[in-house]
Amino acid sequence: MDRARQNSPAIELRGITKTFESVVANHNINLSLNRGEILALLGENGSGKTTLMNILAGIYKPDCGSIFIDGEPVVIHSPEDANKHGIGMIHQHFKLVDVHTATDNIILGNKGTGLWLKPSRRQRIKELSERYHLHIDPDKKVYNMSVSEKQTVEILKVLYRGADILILDEPTAVLTPQEITKLFEILRHMRDHGCAIIIITHKLGEVMEISDRVTILRKGESVATVNTAETDIHALTELMVGKTVELSIECPERKHKGNLLEIHHLTVSNEEGVDAIQDVSFDLNKGEILGVAGLAGSGQKELCETIAGLIRPREGAILYKNENIVGKSPADIIKIGISMSFIPEDRLGMGLAASLSMVDNMLLKSYHKGRGPILQRKDARVLAESLVERLEIVTPSVETPVRRLSGGNVQKVLLGREIESNPNVLITAYPVRGLDINSSYTIYEAINQQKEKGVGVLFIGEDLDVMLELCDRIMVLCHGRVTGIVNAHETTKEALGLLMTDAANKKEDAE
Amino acid sequence: MINFLFAAIKAGTPLLLGTTGEIVTEKTGNLNLGVEGMMFLGAFAGFYMGYRTGSVILALLAAFILGAMGALVYAFLTVTLKANQTVAGLALTIFGAGFANFFGQILIAESVGGVPKLPDSFISRVAEGPLPILGDIPYIGKLIFSHNPFVYGAVIVSIFCWLYISKTRPGLSMRSVGENPAAADAAGINVALVKYVNILLGGGICGLGGAYISLINGGGVWNNNCVNGQGWIAVALVIFANWSPLKSILGSLVFGAFTVLQFYVPKDIISIPNAFYVMLPYLITAIVLIFSSIKKSKEHAQPAGCSINYFREER
Repeated sequence: MDRARQNSPAIELRGITKTFESVVANHNINLSLNRGEILALLGENGSGKTTLMNILAGIYKPDCGSIFIDGEPVVIHSPEDANKHGIGMIHQHFKLVDVHTATDNIILGNKGTGLWLKPSRRQRIKELSERYHLHIDPDKKVYNMSVSEKQTVEILKVLYRGADILILDEPTAVLTPQEITKLFEILRHMRDHGCAIIIITHKLGEVMEISDRVTILRKGESVATVNTAETDIHALTELMVGKTVELSIECPERKHKGNLLEIHHLTVSNEEGVDAIQDVSFDLNKGEILGVAGLAGSGQKELCETIAGLIRPREGAILYKNENIVGKSPADIIKIGISMSFIPEDRLGMGLAASLSMVDNMLLKSYHKGRGPILQRKDARVLAESLVERLEIVTPSVETPVRRLSGGNVQKVLLGREIESNPNVLITAYPVRGLDINSSYTIYEAINQQKEKGVGVLFIGEDLDVMLELCDRIMVLCHGRVTGIVNAHETTKEALGLLMTDAANKKEDAE
Repeated sequence: MINFLFAAIKAGTPLLLGTTGEIVTEKTGNLNLGVEGMMFLGAFAGFYMGYRTGSVILALLAAFILGAMGALVYAFLTVTLKANQTVAGLALTIFGAGFANFFGQILIAESVGGVPKLPDSFISRVAEGPLPILGDIPYIGKLIFSHNPFVYGAVIVSIFCWLYISKTRPGLSMRSVGENPAAADAAGINVALVKYVNILLGGGICGLGGAYISLINGGGVWNNNCVNGQGWIAVALVIFANWSPLKSILGSLVFGAFTVLQFYVPKDIISIPNAFYVMLPYLITAIVLIFSSIKKSKEHAQPAGCSINYFREER
């Protein structure tokens, strides 16, 4: 390694500014990253983290500012340029070709030798995956892969190209705790081999665990850079939000009595004809938050969709105020007051039309209430504007297409609309998925308000710590079966973890 | 029966070329509905060059180039200017037909007796006849090895396209661009360049299909409106062939058979109006669409990025 490389940082950004139409995403940002270091880039939604990294990866062009790599000024016009400088980005939304194998995705775009795709191409990938302990079947098609496997392919892709500056955009948002531990091991391993790594996240616990230094962005500006060892979660939160935030979730006392929803022996087959939910029974009371915990794919999605009337169950009954709603159309179910907001992994997939404005998205659920053939946009506009204010949605205007908002703001729009329809039952799946602290607390508050109004909330969540604080009871699903319904205030994370893998019941069986 | 199949292969050849060209185009993520227009351009260019020079090579070259030029206009509109692909393709179809008929009419007006005819030497060079040795095999020799040279050429072109698409590095790049241009872009592939190259290649192959129609099917004489909807059948055949040039060989044979069926059904036994037979290929196309919609497969389907223009900075 020559001296220049050792002395100057791997990457240095000076005064980077980028605007999208009227939105300033990055304003005069400075940042530096050394080799053999993991830098966490921390910031709320819409603070410009992803935009900044897309500039480094050559996807966006900065309006002004300069980039130095190993002390040399460079201009990155395209992903290819970034690649030449050894920069590899693992995007939040994976950039993989679904119908191709892992191998084909990894070698894509490489200036390999010869015209033909040789069978030997798999060999190098195998070697690489063994060296970094990344396990992957090179012949597996991407559409058959789990999220974690796709991420592994993305990492292999940049390593295969010889990248030594890695950027990971919210890599843990969709992983299980075990997968996150594994990912961090891999990242540390790479750091110790001299890679420079930037990890974008807003999970403070992860920042403390994995990073050496933290750069904090707020509203598009870099506000501070601190050494991880010399800071703590509270200080980071303050820097990120700009004010002190109370880090505990309220769980108000239940005020309402009575039963809202009863599920009896529900069995649902998914598209492949496999039973996604088997013999599930539970009830949901007025003014209660019932948490649903479970590993991803344990039947949460099917449960939501069945109650919302999108899927017909094979067996069982769903009683709403003692009336069976199985077989009713989704529109009828919404009319009697059951509302669902499902935040899918890709956020825009369900519930919102990406290219329509906030106002039009509000109308999607209420247009049929209007009289006459002409849309009455006034009410929807008022509603949209009040949501912007109450949920602190960052958008240039309520007429901006929803897809132009950042992920967290899209989520607020979706949840806000569901709450505004004044439901009696609110089903909400992963409402804070990928959200920063401040936005998450806004959403917890909104859910608690519903609870106090007497709404029964079915809260499908990922973060057990949050669920233990927020929920009244927690139901645990494992492979589509209920393995336990427990009082949230009398259980522990470990106990839930055991139920999630059904270890508790197996133990009893063994005894 | 052998005569019928023989005619089916002959009628299927321009469909095969059109289909192969469109597969190459669609695999790179562009639905070019201008196949008909590019075939018209190729038909005229091929005929004109053959008519003036008598050279088979020059005729084919001209057909390829003019087909590719039509595709270039389309590529400029959709890839560079990001115009709507459907509209650009339809415009190309209308333009191609108009271009060929306009200059074809001039050709007719200027020719002796109003019948522009290829030189005899040209016709004899592309005439059909049994191949040595292979042509002597009973039945198969007559059925498969007694065609005009273009038939073999078309099959070779589609086999090459299959090898190119599924077995080479540039093929992998173009498939990735067609499926997920953002992924290809992030992998450092020049999306616009890949699209241009393949759209032009596809257009050129469609042009060759047109040349076959004017040089062979027309019996050496120029007819206005000679392509007559075969480009549209080719667009449908792409779906029938599951976007595979190899399957398109079989597909074009089937559709070629429907095209010539009316001449081989004994009229005294089954009496159906001719219009029914003319309709058949389109009816089959509709049925194929129904079945391919029911049987959903991720891999043997239209490339996911097809007919969507790619903007890098879109969010």
